[in-house]
Amino acid sequence: MDTGFFASDLGILILTLAKAVALLVPLLIGVAYLTYAERKVLAAIQLRRGPNVTGPFGLGQPFADALKMLFKETVIPAGASRALFLVAPMITFGLAILAWAVIPVNNHWAIANINVGILYLFAISSLGVYGVIIAGWASNSKFAFLGAMRSAAQMISYEVSIGIVILTVLVCVGSLNLNAIVLAQRTVWFAVPLLPMLVVFFISALAETNRAPFDLPEGESEIVAGFFVEYSAMSFALFFLGEYANMILMSALTTILFFGGWLPIAPIAPFTWIPGPIWFVAKVAMVLFVFLWVRATLPRFRYDQLMQLGWKVFLPFSLVWLVITAGALEAFGWLPHG
Amino acid sequence: MARLDRFARQAILAEIGAGLWLTLRYFFKPKATLNYPYEKNPISTRFKGEHALRRYPNGEERCIACKLCEAVCPAQAITIEAEPRADGSRRTTRYDIDMTKCIYCGLCEEACPVDAIVEGPNFEFATETREELMYDKQKLLANGDRWESELAKRLELDAPYR
Amino acid sequence: MIEQIFFYMFSAVLLVSACMVITARNPVHSVLFLILAFLNAAALFVMAGAAFLAMVLVIVYVGAVAVLFLFVVMMLDVDFIALREGFQKFLPLGLTVGFVLMAEIGLSLAGFEASGTMRLAAATHRVAGLSDAASIGDLLYTRYLYVFELAGLLLVIAMIGAIVLTLTEGARPRRQDLARQHDRPIADTLTLVKPVIGAGIAPLPAREDVP
Repeated sequence: MDTGFFASDLGILILTLAKAVALLVPLLIGVAYLTYAERKVLAAIQLRRGPNVTGPFGLGQPFADALKMLFKETVIPAGASRALFLVAPMITFGLAILAWAVIPVNNHWAIANINVGILYLFAISSLGVYGVIIAGWASNSKFAFLGAMRSAAQMISYEVSIGIVILTVLVCVGSLNLNAIVLAQRTVWFAVPLLPMLVVFFISALAETNRAPFDLPEGESEIVAGFFVEYSAMSFALFFLGEYANMILMSALTTILFFGGWLPIAPIAPFTWIPGPIWFVAKVAMVLFVFLWVRATLPRFRYDQLMQLGWKVFLPFSLVWLVITAGALEAFGWLPHG
Repeated sequence: MARLDRFARQAILAEIGAGLWLTLRYFFKPKATLNYPYEKNPISTRFKGEHALRRYPNGEERCIACKLCEAVCPAQAITIEAEPRADGSRRTTRYDIDMTKCIYCGLCEEACPVDAIVEGPNFEFATETREELMYDKQKLLANGDRWESELAKRLELDAPYR
Repeated sequence: MIEQIFFYMFSAVLLVSACMVITARNPVHSVLFLILAFLNAAALFVMAGAAFLAMVLVIVYVGAVAVLFLFVVMMLDVDFIALREGFQKFLPLGLTVGFVLMAEIGLSLAGFEASGTMRLAAATHRVAGLSDAASIGDLLYTRYLYVFELAGLLLVIAMIGAIVLTLTEGARPRRQDLARQHDRPIADTLTLVKPVIGAGIAPLPAREDVP
């Protein structure tokens, strides 16, 4: 590959585009089927059946929904800031897709294996709040604005604890590279020694993606649908898909940080036969199932409870655990790079 | 000690874990719902569904245009016009029900002295346009013809309780 | 070739959006243009090989600081058109400040170029075979440790100041005390009775924890 066409500038460009398509097509299909999976899982837990008419087992449902959304009318409310109103869902969806540039699905299988991969992901997820704020402001609606305010405060608050959890993992790895983070888990997945951090990370991820039990920005019962009340048709669909793409992203991040990415459960014969990407997808699917499962189980938090949990419980707890981890690594001489 | 026990339970998210375990068990339980368009619940003989105008076995329509149903209808959904026919019998020339107004109370059925207007077992009569829900006499008679065997059976089963 | 195209593209967007920050009529648009400028600056950092700095710029400035700006600007009910009325009057002053700033930046750059030792110091830290993140850490936690700690202390002081300013003594809103709620055993809160029909319920034992 290091000779001829694929080493030239144009070749690299085309190769990168091809990689992006190869990653994005399964990803988008995954997003579509995540909506289906959510409806099925929620239905199963509530002893219902879920979509089962469109195609075998209702498998055509995501595409039927997409078609429906496509043919609906995009309503722009009076007094809305037109350009921003239309840009906001694109930001949300675009960012959720953009982050996948650095996710490794197998050893060195990432579109861009950059050295600051985890920081890149963190930066992208911290930008996610803009789609929400802009949507809330541009809609020129009280409900939308309230939803946006809630969402922004919530996402910023929980980013802090996510950041510290990531730091804890980084202390154990000694690299910001996602590939290196996964390879550092060859002996043991970080889910085992850092189990409390996994729990904090997962709960923060729920809050970061505005999922139940932290879906206050949507709060159907009090602010109708939060920041996307005014959205319809494709602009709504983009928000919707962006939310689900974010869920998949957070699950992928959980998998990479704590469940050893593409690594098999144990490096012995029957497990090593299964290729890495399949392990990766299976683990992501497991984490996603927990996302849906939690939604079916827990009622929504009150806003002060949410803030209390974020700032008074998770922040000190994860800080303390970071110090403990670093201290343990130092004491036992396990620090990477000496 | 009890305080410590509670603290430990909170720290390991015992209650949330218990909740998750409960929902996970429900996940594998058999479904409680029917697979609706393919499976349906049995319905009572008194179920008040779509209206129908019945006929006598000889094909003569039952309705004698007494307008009791029109008078009793709380939603004023029924409109009847009548003229004597050539053979001198009194029959309706117009019998309309606005199904968008109807509240399915069944009073028309109760008021009818000849069991002409009845509410049948059919509840799947959704339409694509609003106009299709303005039922006229022809539509109601057609309903009666289609559902007659079932309507007669329902009346027969319900008769002992009246 | 491709690098140059990207460089000019990012720079152009950066400059245009920086101009829009001060010319946009709507303050919310101003903040959004500021964010766009930050993002393009981050892209330029990436192209210069300082990926760590770029990411920190995005995380800190775009992800946190600008969100707060946006919050405040969205909530403020200030007539920003009225604020702009003095534009003509203060233009000379503004231009003077701007030129002084530019001259200072130019002087410091010239000084950096002129002094060989500083450039050498910057270069050696990159040549050490470390990634940019590692070399920044290496500098921050060795040579500049005290300055770094001092900066952290300043931030803590600022935070404490903000908390002190907003903390109101006295009339506090009623708060939920989760620990107290959880500490109440079921026996204290719930009494199951089976009344005999017609006899009514016997008076409950007095409970001291209920106000």
